[in-house]
Amino acid sequence: MIVAALAFYLFAGIVIAAATMTILSKNPVHSVLWLILAFFNAAGLFVLLGAEFLAMILAIVYVGAVAVLFLFVVMMLDVDFARLRAGFARYLPFGISLAVVLLAELLLVLGSGGVHVAPAVAAAPVMPGMTNIQALGALIYTRYVFIFQAAGMVLLTAMIGAIVLTHRQRPGIRKQKVADQIARTPATSIATVAAPVGEGVTL
Amino acid sequence: MTAGVGLGGYLAVGAILFVIGVLGILINRKNVIIILMSIELILLSVNINLVAFSAFAHDLVGQIFAMFVLTVAAAEAAIGLAILVVYFRNRGTITVDDINQMKG
Repeated sequence: MIVAALAFYLFAGIVIAAATMTILSKNPVHSVLWLILAFFNAAGLFVLLGAEFLAMILAIVYVGAVAVLFLFVVMMLDVDFARLRAGFARYLPFGISLAVVLLAELLLVLGSGGVHVAPAVAAAPVMPGMTNIQALGALIYTRYVFIFQAAGMVLLTAMIGAIVLTHRQRPGIRKQKVADQIARTPATSIATVAAPVGEGVTL
Repeated sequence: MTAGVGLGGYLAVGAILFVIGVLGILINRKNVIIILMSIELILLSVNINLVAFSAFAHDLVGQIFAMFVLTVAAAEAAIGLAILVVYFRNRGTITVDDINQMKG
């Protein structure tokens, strides 16, 4: 028990510290790397909660895809990031006061002892003897299969949208034109020229 | 399975992470990339809340919903960054203050 509590405080502390560094870093590349650290430790929190599948998804999808996408974009854009931080000090007092109020309200709700999980009938109770992945799969592919398909459609739309947005036809690039190559006939591509002796021909 | 800290600890982490995300949007008002990362932090805090309630209520629906939140977050990041790349290609800047072409 004490090990689990220590692990929680370790993961939670690193998540919060990494998230703070994400928004405070001068260099956006450092921000992305702190974000990756935050995701990894959030995955640790998920493991502590018994949600192993979501922890793995967080490590694979978030760190492996989303964070690396951020890294690509940050490194691809040639932006003067110092200029983007111009209003940082100006917004800081207002932002921190607003954040303190918001956090105080949220923690007040938690500290008032008002959060309890009522012993209600669970919509999808955890089956004994099933691993987390088995239980999730048994639910996703039966009761929630249409929502699962809808999530797939969302991803497909996002993929098509991203391709449509970023794809561009650049002029002046030589590409193989297969249709033109196939459409060639001997009549259009071969010419018989009678070459005078000693003079050669110009084609 | 839910050894150690109670539900309140996880909810506190979620709340702090949410506030950090909001603060990130407020203080990095000019940098779209940091704003997108702050949105990711906010969605992560929502996921922590969902999974914590799912674990303590012994109900798997929360984890399934968290998975769909992850899906939407990934799609949002992809589209947002694509728009950012196109915008940078057209204008040569990503400062939020300069994005006013559609202002009346």
